[in-house]
Amino acid sequence: MSDLISITDLVVDFDTKRGTLHAVRGVSLDIAAGESVGIVGESGSGKTVFSRAAMGLLRGNRVHRTGKIIFEGTDLRTLDNEQVREYWGTKIAMVFQDPMTALNPVRRIGSQMSESLVKRLGMSKEDAKKRSIELLSQVRLPEPELALTKYPHQLSGGMRQRVMIAMSIACNPKLLFADEPTTALDVTVQAQVLELLADLRKDMGMAMVIVTHDLGVVAGYTDRIAVMYGGEIVELATTTDLFADVKMPYTEALMNAIPRIDRKRGSSLAAIEGMPPDPITTHTGCAFAARCPYAQQKCRDQHPELVDAGNGHMYRCFFPIGGK
Amino acid sequence: MAGTGKAHLRDSPAPILRVEDLVIEYKTKGQLPVQAVSGVSLEVHSGETLAIIGESGCGKSTLGKGILQLIETQSGSVVFDGVDITKLSKEEMRQTRPNIQMIFQDSISSLDPHMTVSSIVELPLKVWNRGNAEERKTKVNDLLRSVGLDPEVVGDRKPSEFSGGQCQRISIARALALAPKVLICDEPVSSLDVSIQAQILNILQEMKNRYGLSLVFISHDLAVVRAISTRIVVMYLGKICEIADPDTLCETPRHHYTHALVSSVPVPDPTTKNRRAILQGEPPSPTNPPSGCRFRTRCPAATDLCAAEEPQLRESSPGNFVACHHPRD
Repeated sequence: MSDLISITDLVVDFDTKRGTLHAVRGVSLDIAAGESVGIVGESGSGKTVFSRAAMGLLRGNRVHRTGKIIFEGTDLRTLDNEQVREYWGTKIAMVFQDPMTALNPVRRIGSQMSESLVKRLGMSKEDAKKRSIELLSQVRLPEPELALTKYPHQLSGGMRQRVMIAMSIACNPKLLFADEPTTALDVTVQAQVLELLADLRKDMGMAMVIVTHDLGVVAGYTDRIAVMYGGEIVELATTTDLFADVKMPYTEALMNAIPRIDRKRGSSLAAIEGMPPDPITTHTGCAFAARCPYAQQKCRDQHPELVDAGNGHMYRCFFPIGGK
Repeated sequence: MAGTGKAHLRDSPAPILRVEDLVIEYKTKGQLPVQAVSGVSLEVHSGETLAIIGESGCGKSTLGKGILQLIETQSGSVVFDGVDITKLSKEEMRQTRPNIQMIFQDSISSLDPHMTVSSIVELPLKVWNRGNAEERKTKVNDLLRSVGLDPEVVGDRKPSEFSGGQCQRISIARALALAPKVLICDEPVSSLDVSIQAQILNILQEMKNRYGLSLVFISHDLAVVRAISTRIVVMYLGKICEIADPDTLCETPRHHYTHALVSSVPVPDPTTKNRRAILQGEPPSPTNPPSGCRFRTRCPAATDLCAAEEPQLRESSPGNFVACHHPRD
C-alpha cells in the first residue's frame, strides 16, 4: 500500500517562559490513501500538536520542528507559508473540536462557506452558493438553503459541526484531520457525526485521522489506532489487534477507565491515578512509569524504544502485557 | 414521550427529596414563555444516586437548578425533608441551602480565579460561621484530603494552576463543606478526559458512602450513568419518558427514545458490531412542542394515538416506569 503521508521523527518544541516544552518527541506515522487512523491520548499527550504539525501548521518563530512530513513526495515542513497554503483545504483539511470558535460569529454561514470556494476553486458567487447547498445536503443538514442565511449562534452544536465538516470537505481533500470532532456533542449527535464522517470517507476515498481522548469513540470507526503519551506514540496497531491483544499498560489503563454501557453497574471504575508528565521535563525512563502498576526499576532508568511484536503491532514497553 | 403522571411516586419510605408536577418556564423576548420543564415528578431516596439523562435542551440542567430554587419555578412543589421549599421565603430558603449543594460541569469557571484553593473551600464555612479559624482550617484540610488533594501543596495556589479534573475535586470539597444531604451534580465529568473522569466518579462514589449523601447526577452519557446510579430518569423536551434501574434501562429499554440513546453510546470494542445511530435529527424546539407524545416526531413507532393523547407514566415491570403508548418488548 502506498503511503499518502509519511511522517518521520517529528519533533515539536515550543519556547515558553518556563523553558522548552516538548510537545511531540519524535513521532513517526505513515498513513495510506483512504485509511482511517485514530490518535488517542489524554490532555497534554501531544495528540493535537502532532496532528496540527502533521498538516504543516504551527509555523511561528517560537515553534521548533524537526523531522520529515512527506505528503505526496513533498516535505511540508520545509515549505514556506505561501507554498504550504496550496495544500491546506485542497489536499489536507481539518475539522476542529469547537465549531463555535472555529466559525466566524459575525458572518453568515453562506458567506463563510463561499469564501473558500470562490478563492480556492475560482467559482463564481452563484456557483459557490449552489455548491454550498450541495455540501450542506451532503452532511445531512436539514434545510441547507435556510442554513446559509444563519449566523453560527443560531445553529445547534451538532449543526455547527456539520457546517465545519462541509467546509472542510469543500475542496475534496485527500486527508482529513478531525480533532475531537464529537467531544462537545451529545451522544446521539456524536453517533450521527461519526457515521457521517465514516460515510464521507468511503464516498470520497479520503484518508482520515480522528484525534480523541476516548478509545470508545474510535473503536468502531478506524483501521488503526496510535496511542500517544508524553509526546510519543506508545502503542500502534490495527484496531482489532489493539483491543484483542493490548501490549502497553497505558493503553490497558485507558480501556479500563471507560465506563461501558454493556457492563453491569457496580464496582468502582479503574481510574488512572496521578497526572500525565509535565511536557517541560525530559523523560529519563518510561514516561508512564510513575503511574504504571507494573513499573520496575528498569522502567525508571531506561527509556523504552518502540518495538514491533512481529505483525506491525508496535509498543513502547519493557514488560508488555502478555509477555514473559 | 413523554408523559406526565405520578405512578412512580412512593410515599414510604419517605424520600429525602420529592419533586411533584414541577413546571419551569423561561421568558423569551416577544414570544410565549418556553417550558423547559413541563410537569416533572420524581423522588430521591436517602443514599440513592438518581441519574437524570437526556440530550441538550431536554431540561435536565434546568430541573437541577429548579430543585435548588436557583431559578424561579412556575408551579409544582419540591419537598425536601418534609418541607415544600418552593413556598419558603428568601431567608428560609437560604437557611435550607446548606443541605442541598451543587457541582457544575465547568469546574474551572465555577471557582473564583482570584481566591486560593483553601479560601474557596473555607468560604461556605465562613458564611455560615461554622467554627473558629483554627477549626475551619482543620476542616478545609480534611475536605481537601478526602478528595485526594494535599492541602500543604494546593492550599495556597489558585484555580488557574490546576487542570479541569483537579478543579472538579476542589468544587466537590467546597460543596461538601457544609455537610449537605443532597448533592446535585450537573454534568460533572463531561468536560474531562476518560482517565480523569473515572477518578472523579470514584471520588463522588466514595464521598457518597462516607457522608451518607444522596446524589442527583445529571448527564447525557448513559455509559457513565450506568456505572454509578441506582435509578435513571430519562428526559425528553421537558418531560419524563422512562424511569428504571440502570441494568433494566440499558438492557431492555422500553421507551423508543431510551432505546435510541442506548444504541448511540459507542462501545469500545471493535468486535461488537457497532450499532448504527438510529435517531436522526435533533429534538424539536421547546417553544412549540409536538402534541401528545413529545417524542413522536422522531419515533419509529409513532401512530395517530401518539399525536392525540399524551402517554402517562405507568409501571412496566416492578419499580420501573415508562410513558409510551407502544413500548418496546
